[in-house]
Amino acid sequence: MSPISSWFHHYANPGVFLRLVRPCLLPLGTISVILLMTGLIWGLCFSPADWQQGENVRIMYIHVPMAWLASACYVALALCGILSLVWRHPLADRAAIEIGPIGCAASALCLVTGSLWGKPSWGTWWVWDARLTSMLILFFLYLGHITVIRAFDDSFRGQKAAAILAIVGIVDLPIIKFSVQWWNTLHQPDSISLTATPTISLSLMWPLVLCTGGFTLGAITLVNTRLCASLMERQVQFFSRRGK
Amino acid sequence: MVALFITLIRRELRLAFYFGSDTLGGLFFFILCSSLFPLALGPSPSLLHMMGPGIIWVCALLASLLPLERLFAADYDDGSLDLLMLSGLPPAGIALAKIVSHWLTSSLPILLTSVPLGIMFSMQTKELLILLGSLTLGSLTFSLIGGTIAASILGARRNTLILPLLVLPLNTPVLIFGALSSYAMQIGASITTNLSLLGACLCLALPFCPLAAGAGLREACR
Repeated sequence: MSPISSWFHHYANPGVFLRLVRPCLLPLGTISVILLMTGLIWGLCFSPADWQQGENVRIMYIHVPMAWLASACYVALALCGILSLVWRHPLADRAAIEIGPIGCAASALCLVTGSLWGKPSWGTWWVWDARLTSMLILFFLYLGHITVIRAFDDSFRGQKAAAILAIVGIVDLPIIKFSVQWWNTLHQPDSISLTATPTISLSLMWPLVLCTGGFTLGAITLVNTRLCASLMERQVQFFSRRGK
Repeated sequence: MVALFITLIRRELRLAFYFGSDTLGGLFFFILCSSLFPLALGPSPSLLHMMGPGIIWVCALLASLLPLERLFAADYDDGSLDLLMLSGLPPAGIALAKIVSHWLTSSLPILLTSVPLGIMFSMQTKELLILLGSLTLGSLTFSLIGGTIAASILGARRNTLILPLLVLPLNTPVLIFGALSSYAMQIGASITTNLSLLGACLCLALPFCPLAAGAGLREACR
């Protein structure tokens, strides 16, 4: 067995995973709350208003992290799907159950905040713009995943079906990413990229980076807390059944 | 192998013929659903001409959804799926035969009826031909994607809710390109672009969907 896959199967053991992850939860949560508080207070109270959009621009500090989180959670779901189908990794299936609702909430919040932002700046709550539509489809994919994974009496089969769905649905992500370039409609193109200088002012970008980091770490903490809770729940069930 | 495949398709067609009312259900749904739009939108010919291709596309998608629920479930419930799995045909072959028979029994009649419906929406002959071509490519993809989902959720508890929730979002790209190609003549855009994209969707779905559906069938009969 190669070192990577032996490492990989070592952490498939729920006990090992719990011993490793549980002590990290509190520090991770604290860091994410600190980042989030700093970013939100800076962004909402101290950063300058946009010269064109005025105070409305502050919606960005929730909207952009949520959009990022919705896409990132779906990538995580698809990775879990591959891990589960190819290597039959037992933790991947549990993780997929816990990631789904968080990603779904993120995509719903992204749509809601986007719509609240669209009303003052575009003059409409909703347009059938490519990016908005593809994000809406991502939301439906999340709903489908959440329903499927819980729809079988045999939970194993639900996890397999959900894994297939998660992998197939990944085609939506490049559509979301490139929709602003392929169909140049109402939604603005990306302002921040890894390769080019940002087209957003630094005084707006730093709080945004802090918020994104805070929300991401917060989501990681939430997923792992839920994962630990579900693993412990299973242990309790197992022991109570053996006690009878 | 090929003989088994053809036998399975013939069995499906014969079953569809015996249970004619089930088979025609999707077709009547398609006709009724499309003829509701003129009632709701008003009888203006120019409006209907503008919306016709879109209406036909959406109704074809919805109608192809109806027989999917029983596509594998009927055989799964009475145990004939287990026998089919033992017949020597690989699961992907069984899935492909089922998908082909789904297309032959539900989408082909819809394709044929879309011609008179298109005339009723006052479409020109050339527009009708483009609609037929794009709908052929699109309905094949609908059958492939729908069959895959139907196979992988075989035996789920809330089957009726899950099927549309999974199939409709995954079919949106096909719907978008298909409807765009049918509108191309009206708005004066290039027809071949969207037809090529539709063909690309089909080429992508054709090898992968039967394999995924076969995996779903194998899980279901485990």
